Amino acid sequence: MNELTRETLVLNMGPHHPSTHGVLRLIVELEGELVLGTEPVIGYLHTGFEKEMETRTYHQNIVFPPRIEYLATMIEEHAYVLAVEKLLGIRPPARAEVIRIMMAELSRIASHLVWLGTSAVDVNVSSLLMYCFNDRERILDILEMVSGQRMMHGYMRIGGLQWDLPDGFEQAVRAVIDDMPGRLEEYERLLGDNLIWRKRTEGIAVLNADDALRYGCTGPVLRGSGVGYDVRRAFPYGGYDEYEFEVPLGRAGDAYDRYLVRMEEMRQSCRIIRQALERLEPGPVLVDDRKVALPPRRELVRSMEAVIHQFKLVSEGIRPPVGEVYSAVESPRGEKGYYIVSDGSNRPSRVRVRSASFNNLQALPVMVFRNQVADIVVAIASIDIVLGDVDR
Amino acid sequence: MAAQGPGVAVTRPDASRPLGMTMSRAGSPHQATDADADALQRSILTTTVERLLGWARSNSIWPVQFGLACCAIEMISTAQSRFDIARFGSELFRASPRQADLMIVSGRVSQKMAPVIKHIYEQMLDPKWVIAMGDCASCAGVFNNYALVQGVDKLIPVDVYVAGCPPRPEALLYGFTKLQELIAAGPPARRPR
Amino acid sequence: MTEPVAEALARALAGLVEGEVRALDEITLLIPGERIVEALELAKAQGFVLLADLTAVDRHPEEPRFEVVYLLTSIEPPARVRLKVRVVSPEEAVPTAVPVFAGANWLEREVYDMFGIRFAEHPDLKRILMPDDWEGYPLRKDFPLVEEPVQFFGHVPKVPSEIIPKTPRPS
Repeated sequence: MNELTRETLVLNMGPHHPSTHGVLRLIVELEGELVLGTEPVIGYLHTGFEKEMETRTYHQNIVFPPRIEYLATMIEEHAYVLAVEKLLGIRPPARAEVIRIMMAELSRIASHLVWLGTSAVDVNVSSLLMYCFNDRERILDILEMVSGQRMMHGYMRIGGLQWDLPDGFEQAVRAVIDDMPGRLEEYERLLGDNLIWRKRTEGIAVLNADDALRYGCTGPVLRGSGVGYDVRRAFPYGGYDEYEFEVPLGRAGDAYDRYLVRMEEMRQSCRIIRQALERLEPGPVLVDDRKVALPPRRELVRSMEAVIHQFKLVSEGIRPPVGEVYSAVESPRGEKGYYIVSDGSNRPSRVRVRSASFNNLQALPVMVFRNQVADIVVAIASIDIVLGDVDR
Repeated sequence: MAAQGPGVAVTRPDASRPLGMTMSRAGSPHQATDADADALQRSILTTTVERLLGWARSNSIWPVQFGLACCAIEMISTAQSRFDIARFGSELFRASPRQADLMIVSGRVSQKMAPVIKHIYEQMLDPKWVIAMGDCASCAGVFNNYALVQGVDKLIPVDVYVAGCPPRPEALLYGFTKLQELIAAGPPARRPR
Repeated sequence: MTEPVAEALARALAGLVEGEVRALDEITLLIPGERIVEALELAKAQGFVLLADLTAVDRHPEEPRFEVVYLLTSIEPPARVRLKVRVVSPEEAVPTAVPVFAGANWLEREVYDMFGIRFAEHPDLKRILMPDDWEGYPLRKDFPLVEEPVQFFGHVPKVPSEIIPKTPRPS
């Protein structure tokens, strides 16, 4: 008998692919249907954010973060603004902090809805995409009501917020938040006990806790594997230590556990928003420090000092002391950190965006090893990557 | 007026009778003028087929799934139930470029992605159109730097530019309807001026 | 006020550390390049199990020019520590952290891609974000932003990064 030879097939997925959630290229080595190795090739969306942010003032740089992780835009702005505030050593007023937390949690729910819709459509539950985006539109309406823009808000400022909340905000938010648990229950009824969904996600793309830590994974990827690390709990920022919420943990580290973790996170976000609405007290939304935040316009008519401060801030910008800072927030994907090095001038000397998706994506080859080809799609969906975040 | 040169005596095209028969002053096709081309367009048979094709093409444009960055999310929103692009004819976003007519370049085009876009554009079959959605696709938007191609029109010909960062779904739909008008007007509307 | 577990790490690494900076509740330890792997292993043994970030800073015109920054996080109890390696010239390779933290693989590739700093014995050191045949290291200070001037008639506009010029550093 002739000896049978075994050859592996090298397959290219992407960068233009309907299921890679963006421009991700995978070079997959297959033996039949079994995946032996995966090499993600990234960089197809590299925008040079870090270099770009070195050439602008701290205030001008607020424009860039929402474009990095474009699904959780308020959280990105929050991350950057917190880093600069830490460098300056200031804290925004209490009302600004409460509003920021509300916006961040609304962004988190919106981002998880996109994840749910696109994951479901990858497994061919196409109708869920419509429902999730419908809910997302309601949240985007609120974000638009507050900031004027559906996605790239530019709402947060160093030292507070751009402006205060509009009238009718509380009713609008309560309408969405009171509805949300019911909608989530509908989605869970569709997916949770669905035989097809469970067979496609249970035991698939397993990442155990050791591997997750070795690869630097954070967020639902790490919590799905059972490690309880949530930046809001571990290193509380922006007032989160005053809120009661739970951090859901998985056990098996498979795609199904990550799905459960994210569904529960959406519920906890609703809980946080309700608490934030109770805490909302009247007050200023921008810090009083004229070296950092623009004076209110009515002061410009009365005070020469205000005019000079305004002039300095607009034509030069703030100048933090020499030093460096690392400040992280919990984005829907994991730990989103900003490492800013200041050389004392009005531009940051180095802005490093610690992106959650970059580290999480490194664990993909480990997740899909010896799974089937179709499971690659489920694995990518369960990591919930945003290519803008990966490539920056 | 006296007839000049070879040819039949002409009657000037009567504006009140747009569907009348007109005869060209030209003796051969090489002497045909723009006025002749317009007159030919107004004659019944050619116009009807062109208009039929234009109507069919413009009302069933199938885009290729080509989301790059943030604008892709707004493009997905445009395709969902609130801003339904399906009512304009784009029932499906095809995954394969060979089955699509329209490429909505939604997002920033990086140096690594540029050859891929060119490749996919070349794989699409004629007639094909391109909408540059968003500021990054039109002119690289906020990012004037080493990493991005400054506008996708440096790589492929663009028919409609939709400004915005990201453009609202309504803005994309407006650009889309502009493209539909462009397609319905037929190939002469896209002739270089 | 830094966390006790971070203080404990600083004491444990005392033999290796060249310098220490404490500012804004953060502790930064300066480690000589040859001993960084030892320091990382010690840190991991002390509970700093998550390599949150591995990046570099170009401090031109200050010398030594480059710094490779390792950010370590301890999960239980929560604490952060920053380790830094000063690199005089990027051709002198820094030992790779991949044997200690597998996640350093792509992070070091990105540092190589953006700064040109090589890592000795890295399993697969090649460009990750830029195209494979790209020349130059974008995040170095001497690499320009490459801003394309916009054409206007009758007016020479400033490029966006010059609209608000950089103020001089405090001396």
